[in-house]
Amino acid sequence: MIGLEHYLIVAATLFVIGIFGIFLNRKNVIILLMSIELMLLAVNINLVAFSAYLQDLTGQVFTLFVLTVAAAEAAIGLAILVCFFRNRGTIDVEDVNVMKG
Amino acid sequence: MSADLNIILPEIFLSIFAMLGLVVGAYGGKDKLAALFVWVTSAVLVATAAWIGFQGAGTGRAFGGMFVDDGFARFAKVTILLAGAAILLMSESYMARRDLLRFEYPLLIVLAIVGMMVMVSAGDLIALYMGLELQSLALYVVAALRRDSVKSTEAGLKYFVLGALSSGLLLYGASLVYGFAGTTLFAGIIEAAEGETPLGLLFGLAFICAGLAFKISAAPFHMWTPDVYEGSPTPVTAFFATAPKVAAMGLFARVVHDAFGGVIGDWQQILAVLSVASMFLGAIAAIGQTNIKRLMAYSSIAHMGYALMGLAAGTAQGVEAMLIYMAIYVTMNIGTFAFILSMEKDGAPVVEINALSLYSKREPMKALAMLVLLFSLAGVPPLVGFFAKYSVLLAAVDAGLAWLAILGVVASVIGAFYYLRIVYLMYFGADESELDTGGSGILWGFLIASAAAMVFGVVNLFGVEGAAAAAAAALVN
Repeated sequence: MIGLEHYLIVAATLFVIGIFGIFLNRKNVIILLMSIELMLLAVNINLVAFSAYLQDLTGQVFTLFVLTVAAAEAAIGLAILVCFFRNRGTIDVEDVNVMKG
Repeated sequence: MSADLNIILPEIFLSIFAMLGLVVGAYGGKDKLAALFVWVTSAVLVATAAWIGFQGAGTGRAFGGMFVDDGFARFAKVTILLAGAAILLMSESYMARRDLLRFEYPLLIVLAIVGMMVMVSAGDLIALYMGLELQSLALYVVAALRRDSVKSTEAGLKYFVLGALSSGLLLYGASLVYGFAGTTLFAGIIEAAEGETPLGLLFGLAFICAGLAFKISAAPFHMWTPDVYEGSPTPVTAFFATAPKVAAMGLFARVVHDAFGGVIGDWQQILAVLSVASMFLGAIAAIGQTNIKRLMAYSSIAHMGYALMGLAAGTAQGVEAMLIYMAIYVTMNIGTFAFILSMEKDGAPVVEINALSLYSKREPMKALAMLVLLFSLAGVPPLVGFFAKYSVLLAAVDAGLAWLAILGVVASVIGAFYYLRIVYLMYFGADESELDTGGSGILWGFLIASAAAMVFGVVNLFGVEGAAAAAAAALVN
């Protein structure tokens, strides 16, 4: 029987993969965007699992909001990335280094 | 239903204003309308601030408690709206001369402000998330406003990636809190946290604190701040340093008191650590900076540390001290950025601190005003900045966090060094500065007004104290 904890473990694993994707990835900014998306989807799994477990719809409503906002966020991220590419001619993470910080 | 809508009328009004503005701008004169939009938007923001400020006392709850309109929210909203209006007024001439003045700019600021107003009024995790994202999405775009500059787009990209990461952390915390409390309403969460608090709820709290610490740029979640401040156009940097900080601090206070007010001991430690780390990092890392925008970034990190100290006290007095601190911090920063915006050489912006050498010989009035502001930022008595620090330190001591207050004093002594270095350069620097004199009257006005407020505010802080006390009483009970 697959219970709540299994869903939570899957979500936690995906979330951690997403975070590691952001910090360890040295190749490409697109991979950063994919990692961010993975984190948000892990949250969605969490919310839906809790929602089903608690027999409460709020979690699923929350999920729909998160999905919508994630789409808007990805659109803005890609738009900024296109501007950056036009100026710099590359989207390697290592080249996002004009300012040191 | 209509009672609910009445409570969020200011937010609805501003949203409709922004959307109408976008349509008019897109089908009308495009960027030719931009200057007009800036003036109209500032007027609208000031009018909305007056509307909210004179609305009267009392607490209203809309949409089943999702949206709270109380004294605390109104105090934060008035501060945010006035700061936004001031920054818009200051940015017009700077942006127009650099061909940066797009008609979307004031409208994006309005949308960000609507997000901030929802943040400080949030009574539910969903409202919290929607407000935070509305704010962040608009801010990502304005950070990259200078589309043809590598620095500006890089700032936007860095801000976006780390902002999205922080939203993810916050959201993961929100999902855990929802799962273990069974509700997203703050009023329900505080009940679920009573007695034996579930471990999942505390994990959720820690994640939410980490996400919010990113938004207020508290160490160790500060790494985006210097780069974003340096890369963004200066008026945008000025905006980042003021309104979003107030909104995020307000949201922080709301979450810890409204949703987790029953488990103060659990978040007090987190906030105290964030506060100490921010104060020391801000004070030490700023010493080596040569770019005044980066310096202001570290300065804002340190100031957030002090504001967090008030919040860490966990009392109404602490929230009051935090609100006073934020109001004073915003006033000081508006003046300081008015000065930075007016730093030019042959019409091009200058951000090097060394360019200020012997500035007092050329512009004695401006140098004097900047001196007052820098002393106030450093917390030198008898200026208003000292009383801001004094109130948070007092709140920390009264809450039994004397060690935190002592560390705060030590950090402020270290931090005074880099403010005084600028003063030293302006008055006793090596070679004559080559900065242009004169400049925009609006910037001059804001600079002098802010410096005067730092001097004359010592009489009664312009009544901010009473308003902050009422606001804190509305939040903590």
